[in-house]
Amino acid sequence: MKTPASDRSSTPAKLAVEGVSKTFHTSQGSVQALDNVNLHVRDGEFVCILGPSGCGKTTLLNIIAGLEMPDSGRVLADGTPVTDAGSDRMVMFQEPALFPWLNVIGNILFGLKLKPGLSEKERLETAEFYLHLVGLEKFMRVNIHELSGGMKQRVALARALAPNPVALLMDEPFGSLDALTREQLYGDLQAIWERRRQTIVFVTHNAREAACLGDRVVLFSPHPGRIRGRFEIDLPRPRDINSVELAGYSTTITRALKSHLKPGLVEVGE
Amino acid sequence: MKRWLALLTFFAALTAVWELLVREGVWPRVLVPAPSAVASYLISSTLDGTLPGAAAITLRRLVLGYAAGFILGLPLGLLVARLKYFESTLGLVALGFQALPSICWAPLALLWFGQTEAAMFFIVIMGSMWSIMLATNSGIRNTPPIYVRAARTMGSRGLHTWIQVILPAALPFIISGMKQGWAFAWRSLMAAEIYITIITGLGLGHLLHYGRELHAMDAVLGIMIVIILIGLLTDKLLFSPVERFIHRRWGTAE
Repeated sequence: MKTPASDRSSTPAKLAVEGVSKTFHTSQGSVQALDNVNLHVRDGEFVCILGPSGCGKTTLLNIIAGLEMPDSGRVLADGTPVTDAGSDRMVMFQEPALFPWLNVIGNILFGLKLKPGLSEKERLETAEFYLHLVGLEKFMRVNIHELSGGMKQRVALARALAPNPVALLMDEPFGSLDALTREQLYGDLQAIWERRRQTIVFVTHNAREAACLGDRVVLFSPHPGRIRGRFEIDLPRPRDINSVELAGYSTTITRALKSHLKPGLVEVGE
Repeated sequence: MKRWLALLTFFAALTAVWELLVREGVWPRVLVPAPSAVASYLISSTLDGTLPGAAAITLRRLVLGYAAGFILGLPLGLLVARLKYFESTLGLVALGFQALPSICWAPLALLWFGQTEAAMFFIVIMGSMWSIMLATNSGIRNTPPIYVRAARTMGSRGLHTWIQVILPAALPFIISGMKQGWAFAWRSLMAAEIYITIITGLGLGHLLHYGRELHAMDAVLGIMIVIILIGLLTDKLLFSPVERFIHRRWGTAE
C-alpha cells in the first residue's frame, strides 16, 4: 500500500485534500466521519472513492464541494483554499436534484446564468452543447417529471458540466438507476470524460463501478473514515463493466477493502 | 363545443322547469321568484347602474384588501419560515387568526375605522393574509434542502437563492394558500357588507340586505347570481391558469 506522501506526483494537484478531519455531534454521541484524510487529484484525473455506506466518503465529497467545512485540515482547488461552495466544483448528487419549476434547458441554464461575462446567446449555445453531449437535445423544452430516472441524471450531468468546472464531484449518481441504464451511463460518462478531460471525483460503494470508471480507486473504511489503500486501474478505455480483466481488479479491490472492515459491517457490492 | 352545448341545455332545462313551477303556482311567488322576474331585475338594475356600481365597489374592496393581504402575508411567511423564534410565536398567532372567521373583526374594525372603506379593507386583509402567510411558511419548510444545496454549488447565494429557488419551490403551496385566502376574504366581505352599513359606498352585500328588507326576492336571487359569477370568474381567470401551469410543470395530478 502506498503512503499518502507518495501520492503527490510531480504535476500540481487540481484538487488537494490535506489532513482533513471531521466529527459529527449528534444526540446519540459523536461520530468521527473523517480522520486525517489526504488525497491529491491530478488535472484531468478520474478518481473513484470506494467504501461502504457510512464510511465518510460523502462527507469528504461535501467538504471538497465546500458544502461542509472540515474541523481541521483544508482543501485546495487549483491551489486556492476552499471556503465555500462554488461553480468551479460542481456536484452531482445521488438524486438528480433538478428544479421541477424549470424545464430541461432551464435547469441547465440555471448555473450558466450565474456565470458572469456570458451573453444570453452564449449561455443558450453552451446549454445546447451539453444537452447534445448527453444525448438529450430533443428534450430541451420537456418538463422534468416527464423524464425517466436515467434521463434525469443525464440532465443533472449536463447541468454540472455546463459551467465548465475545475472538478466534477459525483456522489453515487447512478445508485438509484436500473442495471441496464447504469451500464449505458458508464459508457456515456467515459466518452464525455475522454472528450472533456474534466477532473472527476466519483464516490461509490460498488467496486466494479469504481474499477470501470476510475484511473485510480481510493479505498475508504469507516469508524473513523480513513483512506486504506489506492489502486491504479491500468485498463484501456472505454472499459466494459462486464469484462473479465475488470472483474479481476474488482475482486482484488473488494478483498482489500473487506480486510479493513469489521465483520458484520460489510456492505460493499462487487 | 360539445361541453358548452351540454351546459347550455342543462341550464335552459333547469330554468324552464323552475319558471313553469312558479307560473303554475306550485312554488309561491313570494317565496321563490320566477327566473323571468330575476332576469328583469338583473336587466333593469344593470341599466340604471345600481348593480354594476355596487359590484365595482365590492370588487375594489376585495382586490385592494386582498392585494394588501398578500403583500403582508408573503413576507411574514418568509420571516416565520426563516426564524425559529417567529415560527413558534407569530406562527401560532397566525394559526389562531386563520381559525377566526374574519367577520368577527367587524365590531373592532367599526370602532377603529368607523363606517368607512378602511373597516372593509381590514376585514378582507384579516381574511386573506393569515392563509397566505401560513401557506408560504409551509411551502418553504417543505422545500427539499437538496435544491438549495444544488443551487449553492452553482454559485447561488442569499437573495438569488430566495427568489430563484426557495420561492419557486414553494409556489404550489403559496398558490393554494392564496386560493384559500381569497375564499376567506370573499366570504367575510359579503358577511361584512350585509352586516354593516358603510357610508362610503354600497356594495353587493348591501344591495342583498336591502332586497331582504324590502322582501324583493327577485333582487336577492339576482345579486346572489352576480356573487356566484364573480367567484367563478376569479377562479377561472386568476387561479386556473397558474394551477394548470403547476400541474403541467410539476406533473402533479390535475
